[in-house]
Amino acid sequence: MALQMPKRLKLVDPAVTLERDEREDLVASIEPVTMNSAVGHRSEPNGTPQCLAVEVRDVSLTFETADGKVDALSNVSLQVADGEFVSFIGPSGCGKTTMLRVIADLQQPSSGTLLVNGMSAEQARLERRYGYVFQAPALFPWRTIEKNIKLPLEIMGFSDSEQRQRAAHYLALVNLTGFERKFPWQLSGGMQQRVSIARALSFDPELLLMDEPFGALDEIVRDHLNEQLLQLWDKTGKTVLFVTHSIPEAVFLSTRIVVMSPRPGRIIDIIDCNFPRTRTLEIRETPEFLRIAQRVRIGLRAGHSYDE
Amino acid sequence: MNSRRRRLGFILAAAGVLAALILPLSSEAAAALPARPLLTALTIAAALTFAIAASTSGFRAVLPGFVGVLCGAITTLVLLRDPGIAGSAAAGFWAMVLAVWLGAALCVIQLASIRPRNEISRRVLSLAIPLLFGAVVFYLWEVLVRGFGVSPVIMPAPSAAASRFVASLPTLGRDFVQTFIRGVLIGYAIGCGAGLLVAIVAQRFAFLGRGLLPLGNFFSALPLVGVAPIMVMWFGFDWPSKAAVVAIVTFFPMLVNALAGLSASGHMERDLMRSYGADHRQTLKKLYLPAALPFIFNALKINATLALIGAIVAEFFGTPTLGIGFRISTEAGRMAIDMVWAEIALAAIAGMAFYGLVALAERATTFWHPSYRT
Amino acid sequence: MTSSALAVPVSRPGAWRRHPLVERYAPIVTIVLALIAVWYVAAVLMNLSLVRDGFEREEAAYTVSDLIEGTMSAERPLLPAPHQVVAAFVDSVFGYAPSAPRSLVYHSAVTLSATLVGFVLGALLGIGLALMIVHSRVLEKSLLPWIICSQMVPILALAPIFIVVLGAMGLQGLLPKSIISAYLSFFPITIGMVKGFNSPDPMQLDLMRTWSASPRQVLSKLRWPAAVPYLFASLKVAVTISLIGAIVAELPTGGEAGIGARLLAGSYYGQTIQIWAALLASAILASGLIGLVDLTERAVARQMGTRP
Repeated sequence: MALQMPKRLKLVDPAVTLERDEREDLVASIEPVTMNSAVGHRSEPNGTPQCLAVEVRDVSLTFETADGKVDALSNVSLQVADGEFVSFIGPSGCGKTTMLRVIADLQQPSSGTLLVNGMSAEQARLERRYGYVFQAPALFPWRTIEKNIKLPLEIMGFSDSEQRQRAAHYLALVNLTGFERKFPWQLSGGMQQRVSIARALSFDPELLLMDEPFGALDEIVRDHLNEQLLQLWDKTGKTVLFVTHSIPEAVFLSTRIVVMSPRPGRIIDIIDCNFPRTRTLEIRETPEFLRIAQRVRIGLRAGHSYDE
Repeated sequence: MNSRRRRLGFILAAAGVLAALILPLSSEAAAALPARPLLTALTIAAALTFAIAASTSGFRAVLPGFVGVLCGAITTLVLLRDPGIAGSAAAGFWAMVLAVWLGAALCVIQLASIRPRNEISRRVLSLAIPLLFGAVVFYLWEVLVRGFGVSPVIMPAPSAAASRFVASLPTLGRDFVQTFIRGVLIGYAIGCGAGLLVAIVAQRFAFLGRGLLPLGNFFSALPLVGVAPIMVMWFGFDWPSKAAVVAIVTFFPMLVNALAGLSASGHMERDLMRSYGADHRQTLKKLYLPAALPFIFNALKINATLALIGAIVAEFFGTPTLGIGFRISTEAGRMAIDMVWAEIALAAIAGMAFYGLVALAERATTFWHPSYRT
Repeated sequence: MTSSALAVPVSRPGAWRRHPLVERYAPIVTIVLALIAVWYVAAVLMNLSLVRDGFEREEAAYTVSDLIEGTMSAERPLLPAPHQVVAAFVDSVFGYAPSAPRSLVYHSAVTLSATLVGFVLGALLGIGLALMIVHSRVLEKSLLPWIICSQMVPILALAPIFIVVLGAMGLQGLLPKSIISAYLSFFPITIGMVKGFNSPDPMQLDLMRTWSASPRQVLSKLRWPAAVPYLFASLKVAVTISLIGAIVAELPTGGEAGIGARLLAGSYYGQTIQIWAALLASAILASGLIGLVDLTERAVARQMGTRP
């Protein structure tokens, strides 16, 4: 269930720009809330109850550091349906990467439950139900591009011919056919990151977890890759959980945006985005886009993300 | 080096060469240079080419300078065959030697100041300069020893050592097999292999790793060749004790380096393997070991030299009548220094070839490492 | 974002195990104790046949405990037990006057003096040559390749020649040993210092150029401070090699004094325990020397404000 939006901000009204006092009203109405997204409220195309890709219930994670306890995640709850593209946005320390890592069973929560595709996170990992894309390409420099994509396939025991087929297919999907025999250092940063995405998809997981994958790239390459990623998502129909620092990127790519804030790490706001599935970079100048971006920014400010 | 000094230098060299025609060649009776037609021709050729080098500018002076050096060097070496000169060389002879030295030094300096324009000329230069330098050193060694008549007990001439080398090839061959093939190679394989295995186990169990790393560092620094007498006591006088010393000496550097290498993989890559649900063996084979290869080869190179040293020194402690170390210590005791130098030459060649092979293997397997891409 | 590497889960049982001191020293202590235990067992097993033969030759009755006791106190054991080595060591160090020929202190002093003289000579020569190489292109291209090549040659094999040649010229005792040690330690120091003097960033060198600094100023203000880590690393290597050189140099002449001579004498007369005691002395010398260099390095690093 999305936050109750003040009437003045309803999406139907294209000509609204917020005045200063209206903005303050809006900030006052937003509080840190535990979300219990009832899936039934979402308008799905054919109305049949969808499988939950990820279900997070009251998860908390506390670190003990030299400076005392740090609540990386504090009673976070979230539900993600199949086929969604959910972005997590917030400043450093808000727990978005931690949340992703908990879902990936790379870290264990201190309390709360977590279900990935209906099973525990560890089970999901052992059954290879998701692909993870890191902030850096993390390609192995001693393997060619083709062998890098085959790495998970080798581990998971695919046959040789199947490995070759999948490598070729996913390389084509990221528009890098012809680079099979090159080594990672011979490719640019953007191309390496595309290989990393192809590698994450090669074993056909239902879920794709991406941790600021385009953070290290320059703006122009980033825009290009955003478009490509959208096309990929459209073509493969995967569920994507995407962590980012960039508001335009989050608004452009997602079906839902989860705004988080630090100390303690929690969800401030969840925003629906209903842009058409085939969209281009041009929608970034439309008023609808700007309105959602503004709402994200308001949420970030409410969560003290812009404070010292 | 500015051109005026270079010009002056080549002119001096020409003068020195010509001085040999006038000054006495030996303190004893020996035919003067003008009486030897062929050598006189060479001398004049040397003087001429030095003069040409003085008048050309830049790196084009190198070729005539080099020719002059060759002519002068050949002349002096031929002169040394005269028993009247060898052992009692005088001013004229030394003037020519100094001229040759000066000419060669100028060539080296000139070559060193060239900035190569392409890869090939860079490679050629980086080989040519040290080789020329080394050749000059050997030349001076030969000429000084034979010209002054230094006792072969103190320092034999390179030519004497070389001829002894060629004459004793069978003995050298047997020594090589005993020390290198049996002692070094077997010990090296055992030591490096064991070090790698222990490192793999220690990486699996972090507790072991944290304990073994400081211990490994500690033992690497000790004079481990000192265990040679104990190995002789346990394994006898023959090559097994030497192989044991080599194994011990090479074990610790490999352990330390392999442990460092196995822990060198980044966090991201480790998380990646975890996200694939890979077990430890798969991660070891696909991530830890390949990432550790640069470190492992570093240890293999260090151990190549250490192994040879260990085997030779272990033989100083006692060995049957065979082996490089044995031959060196006994021939040194017998004052047959030219044989000692022949054995040292053998050890040097073996050492460089071994190291070179390991370096080649390193190049082939770790071509992907950033250090090769600069 | 808090690094999970620093974090420790809150209040788990057995938290004392994570105390930094315990974590640091427990593994080493455990392994050392385990190695000593293995040593004892090995001593028993290896000396068993020796001791049993001894008993049978005297036709004396013996029990198992007699055997075991015998293995740990044999006079010429194959593998002396740890306490035997320590006892012999303590005896050789404290049981004789420091200048007596049977005192380990005397022998250690002989070897140590040659080591130190050679080390200091080699260090001075090495640093001097490195300075010359760094400032002369000619030397760098003609001499440096030979110095690097010499690393691959077993230079230690030259020790006997040096001793014999110098002996024939009338030099004996400390001088030839120091010359060998100096010769051996000079190579790693030269190579290390050349690397160190050439280690400053091109950017930093450019900066000095913009200030029109003379070569001497660049040397004292940039190259020397940058070379300090390399200096200490190569000093540690050099002091180790210097010690080995001094020990090996004592072998050819069937030397009378020094640790090498003790080792040789022990091997000629079958005095196993003497050999082990001498080895222990050399180990103490080596670690002491490296410890000194390490302490100096730490003091200098503190002065220079280096990160610990």
